[in-house]
Amino acid sequence: MTAARLSAGGSAIDRSRPVSFSFDGRIVEAFEGDTIASALLAADIAVVGRSFKYHRPRGIWGAGVEEPNALVDVGGSQRAAPNTRATTQPVCAGLVSTSVNASPNAAADRNAFIDRFARFIPAAFYYKTFMWPDWHLFEPRIRAMAGLGKVDPNWKSRGPAEFAEQINHHCDVLVVGAGPAGLAAARLAAAAGKSVMLVDEQYRPGGSLLHRDAQIDGAPAAAWVEETVAVLEAAGHPVLSSTTAFGIYDHNLVGLNQRHHDGRPDTLWRVRPRRVVLATGAIERPLPFADNDLPGIMSADAALVYLRRYGVLLGRRVVVATNNDSAYEVSGALAAAGAEVALVDLRADALPMPAGVSPHVGRAVVSALGRMRVEGVRLDDGTTLAADSVVVSGGWTPTVHLFCQARGKLAWHEDRASFLPGDTVEGIAVAGALAGAVSLSDVFGTVERAAASFAESKTGLPRSTGTEATGAIMPAWPVPGAKGRVWIDYQNDVTAKDVELAARENFVSVEHLKRYTTLGMATDQGKTSNLAGLALMAGITGRAVPEVGTTTYRPPFTPVPLTSFAGAVGGELMSPVRRLPLENVHRASGAVFQEYGGWLRPAHYGGTDADADAVIRDEALRARGSVALFDGSTLGKIEVMGPKAAEFVDFIYYNTMSTLKPGRCRYGFMLSENGVVFDDGILIRLDEHRFIVSCSSSHVGAVHARLEEWRQDRFGRDAVYIHNATAEMATLTVSGPRSKALVEALGLGLPLDDAALPHMAIGKGTFGNDPVRVARVSFTGDRSYELSIRADRAKPLWAVLQESGKAFDAATIGLEALMILRAEKGYIVIGKDTDGTTMPHDLGVDGPRQKRGSDYVGRRSLFTDVATADYRLQFVGLRVADGEAPLSTGAHAIAKPEGAIRSQGFVTSSYHSPILRRPIALALIERGATRHGETIDLQHLGMLRRATIVAPCAFDPEGGRLNA
Amino acid sequence: MQLFPCPFCGPRPETEFHYGAEAGNLRPDGAEVGADRWAGYLYMRANPKGATREIWVHMTCGEFFAMERDTIDHKIGRSLALGENAE
Ligand SMILES: [Zn+2]
Repeated sequence: MTAARLSAGGSAIDRSRPVSFSFDGRIVEAFEGDTIASALLAADIAVVGRSFKYHRPRGIWGAGVEEPNALVDVGGSQRAAPNTRATTQPVCAGLVSTSVNASPNAAADRNAFIDRFARFIPAAFYYKTFMWPDWHLFEPRIRAMAGLGKVDPNWKSRGPAEFAEQINHHCDVLVVGAGPAGLAAARLAAAAGKSVMLVDEQYRPGGSLLHRDAQIDGAPAAAWVEETVAVLEAAGHPVLSSTTAFGIYDHNLVGLNQRHHDGRPDTLWRVRPRRVVLATGAIERPLPFADNDLPGIMSADAALVYLRRYGVLLGRRVVVATNNDSAYEVSGALAAAGAEVALVDLRADALPMPAGVSPHVGRAVVSALGRMRVEGVRLDDGTTLAADSVVVSGGWTPTVHLFCQARGKLAWHEDRASFLPGDTVEGIAVAGALAGAVSLSDVFGTVERAAASFAESKTGLPRSTGTEATGAIMPAWPVPGAKGRVWIDYQNDVTAKDVELAARENFVSVEHLKRYTTLGMATDQGKTSNLAGLALMAGITGRAVPEVGTTTYRPPFTPVPLTSFAGAVGGELMSPVRRLPLENVHRASGAVFQEYGGWLRPAHYGGTDADADAVIRDEALRARGSVALFDGSTLGKIEVMGPKAAEFVDFIYYNTMSTLKPGRCRYGFMLSENGVVFDDGILIRLDEHRFIVSCSSSHVGAVHARLEEWRQDRFGRDAVYIHNATAEMATLTVSGPRSKALVEALGLGLPLDDAALPHMAIGKGTFGNDPVRVARVSFTGDRSYELSIRADRAKPLWAVLQESGKAFDAATIGLEALMILRAEKGYIVIGKDTDGTTMPHDLGVDGPRQKRGSDYVGRRSLFTDVATADYRLQFVGLRVADGEAPLSTGAHAIAKPEGAIRSQGFVTSSYHSPILRRPIALALIERGATRHGETIDLQHLGMLRRATIVAPCAFDPEGGRLNA
Repeated sequence: MQLFPCPFCGPRPETEFHYGAEAGNLRPDGAEVGADRWAGYLYMRANPKGATREIWVHMTCGEFFAMERDTIDHKIGRSLALGENAE
C-alpha cells in the first residue's frame, strides 16, 4: 500500500455516505463527493490508462480539467460519455468507468509491447512508413490500435431525454472562474448593482482557496468562499459549478457547457454579457526529466488537492521536485500528514524548509526510476532517492485560452517563465493568476483594476490576512540532447526527442511543430505541455520563447459533447412542417398525408400504397362528374392595403391590376427583376385600397418577403401596409358541375346567381355568425367556389359541406387528384411547369409585355437579347398515341443535328387523365408555341418515346365548364 | 455569432438577419434603360474590401435597413432605417 485514504479530513467528501462504482470491471469503494480520480487514488490504483501511441502505463497527473492521462469512458447509471476526465467526474452509485486505449484494461494492456519499439516509431512514423502502396490499406488497423474513448452510437434511440437544453442568457458581468479573483470580482460587481453570472468548471466554487492556506479578512478563506456564494445567490445572481466557459465568440458571446450529475444531458448556455471578467487561473506544469510520465508522478498542487479535499495521502515516501515556491506548502502538508518528504529545489536560494522535510537544494531530478510505477528518482549529482510517489511543480501556465480566443495578444514574462495577457480586449478584463498575480494580495489588486470599468466603489474588496506566496521561479525547460525519454505531451505521447526531430526536419514553425509531432493536439489541447514544447524549440533553434510564439487557441477549451451543440434541434424541430387547421378531421376521414412545399396535406383519401393510383383517379373522375370538396387553406392570403396599394400591385404584378374593380379577381404573374416568373395566382380587390394576394401555397414566405422589400424600398411604410393572413383563414373549395347547388344548400346568405357572382368575382356571406368570403375562382376548370373562413371555425363548415354534399355525390379529393385536374386544363404550377429561365411570354402571356406603359418588376429584362431570342423554351402540351403509357416527367425532347443528341426541352408534368381516358403531359419545348402538330422524340433513362406537340389545355378548351 | 443593430429592435444575434443587397444599387426605371446599365443593376457588384454599406433585413420584425460593415475585420458600424439616408 502506498496511496491511502486518511482516517480523517477531506472537505469535499461525506464519509457517512459510501458509494461504490466500477473501474475496468473492478468494484471501487468511495465516498459521496469523490471524483473517480480521488477514489482510484484512495484505492491505490496507480495505472489508470494507457498512452495514446506507445500504450505506456499512465497514472493520475492532475486534479482538474488539465488531466492528460486519466481518461475514462463513463456509463452504467450515468449517461454514456467517452473520454471523460476521471479528475472532474464525480462518483455515484452504479457508475461504470473503463480506461481508454487499453485492452483488456489499463493494468494489463496487450498493446503494451509497442513501447519497446518506441525508438522505431518517432513522430510522423506512421505517415512516413505506410505511404506505400496506399495509406488507406493500413489505416483501419492503425486507427483501431490508436484512438481514445468510444462513442455510444445508439444515444439517439433513447429519445428526447437525450436532447440537451440550450439557454440564452444576458447579464452585465460574466465572471469566468470562481477562485479568489472571480469570487471577489463577482461580489464587487453585484455590490455595484450589476447583474452577475459566476461560472466555474469545478464541482464547487472556491478554486485554490479550497486547498491552499489562506486567510481573508482575518478568517479562514473557506468561510469567505461560502459567504460570497451565499451573498451572490441570495441576490439572484447565478453561480454555476461544473460549468466550463469553453469559447468566446464575436462580440464576446461566451459559450458555457454545464454538466449535471443527476443523469441529465449537459446544458449549453449562450451568454451575452456586457463585460467579461476572466479569472481562469493557471495550470501547473511538469518538470522535464527522463521517464517523467511514470504512474505515481503527479502535479504538486494536485497532491495537495487530494490530501485536503479528499483526505487521500498520495504516498508514504514522497519526493517533491520544484523550481518555484508553490510546492513548499505542499511539502509541509504532506509531511504533516505523515509522509516522509524530500524536497528537491532547482534553485540554490531556497525558502526555509517546512518542518519534517529533508532538503536537496540546488539540485535537479534527471530521471525517474521504476517501470509500472515510480520507485524513486536520480538527481543530477548522482544521488538516488527512493520514493513511492513523486510530486512536481515546473511552474504555472496562466490559462490564457479564452483571452486569446477573444483576439487578445500575449506578452512573455521571463521572470515568471510564462505568457500573460499583453494587451486589452474590448469588454474583457483579466484578474488573478491570469493577470500575473501570485499572492492573494496581488490577486485582489488585479480584481480592483479589473472591476474599475463596472464598479466605482471598491467597498467589499477582500483583504488577504495570511502568509503570502511569491512567484519566484527558475525556469526548467526541456533541453536538447537530454538522456532518456523526457515526456512533454503525456496525452499525445510526444517526447523531447520528437521535438528535436521536428527541428532537424525543419518543422520549426510552431504550427508545423504541432502538426508534425501532434504536440498539444489531443483532447487536453496541451494544457500541461505546450509551453515546454515551445521552450524546447526555442532552445534548439536559438530563439527566445516569444519568437517561437504560440499556436492559435481555438474553442472549445475542453471537449463539449456534440449533443450540447445540437440541442433539441433535429428532425421536425429543425424544419417544422406547416399543418392544416383541419388536419385531424382529414385524418379521421382516412386521408393519406404527404408534404407539399413545407405543408402537410392530404394526398388522397383512403386507399393503400398499392391502390393509391386508382383512388386518386376515382377522386379526379368524381370531381368532374358531380362536386369535389377540397381543403385549399394553404393558399397564400397576403393583404396589401393603403393609399398606394393599387399603384403597388401594378408595380409588383406583370399584369395591370389597378383597373380591377372592387369585388373582382384577376389572375396574374409576379416576375423577378430578371424577368423570370416568380409566382402566379389570383389577386382579389376587396375595396379601393385593399387587395389580397393569393399566391402559391409553397411560396407564401418568399412572396411576402418580396412584397415587403419593394414596399419598404420604393413605396414607404405609410403608403402601403402588408399583412400575411395565410394562417388566419381556412379556405375550403367546392368545385364541379354541382358546386353551385351544394353552396346554395349551405345558406350562406348571399346571391349566387351568375349575374351577382360571376366567375372571377367575390361575395360576402355568413356561416353562423362568422363572415365567409366566397370567391369564384377555379384551379380545376370547373365552376368553383372558394369559401374562406376563420381557421378556428372551419371545422363546422367542413362538416356541413360533407353532410350536405352527400345529396350531390360529393367527393373529398386530395392534392394528387387536384394536380390531375389542373394539368388537364393546362394550368401551371410555378417551379414545376416553369424553371429559373421561364418568362411570361414563354407561357403564352405576352399582352402586358407588348402593351403596358407603366413600369413593373422585371420589365426591362423582358426585352433583352436573351428574352427575345428564338430558341426559348415555351409551354406546350404533349399527346402520345392512343393506348400508350404516360410520358415520364423529366423526359427530354431531343433533336439529332449531325448525329449529336441535343436537348430541346423537357416534360414538366405527366398524368393519366381519367376523364379523357388517355395520358396528358405538359412540357417546356424549344420554340414550342410555333410547333403545335409536330411530332418529336423524347428520351428518358434510355427509353425513346414519341409525342405530338399540342396546346397545353387538353380538357374543355372552350372553358364552358367554368360556368356550367 | 455577431450582434447586428436593428434600427427598430436594437442589437440582436446575426442568425435573425438575412442579407439583402449592397446599398446604393438604385433601380433604373423604364423600358428604355440601356442594356449595360440594366445588367449592372442586376448583376454587377462592387464587393469592396473594407468599409461597406449593405441592406439587411431583420427577419423577426421584417424591417429592411442599411448597415455599415467592414468586410475585413467584420466590425459593425451604424444601421439606418430605410428613408433615414439618401440611398
Ligand atoms: Zn428588428
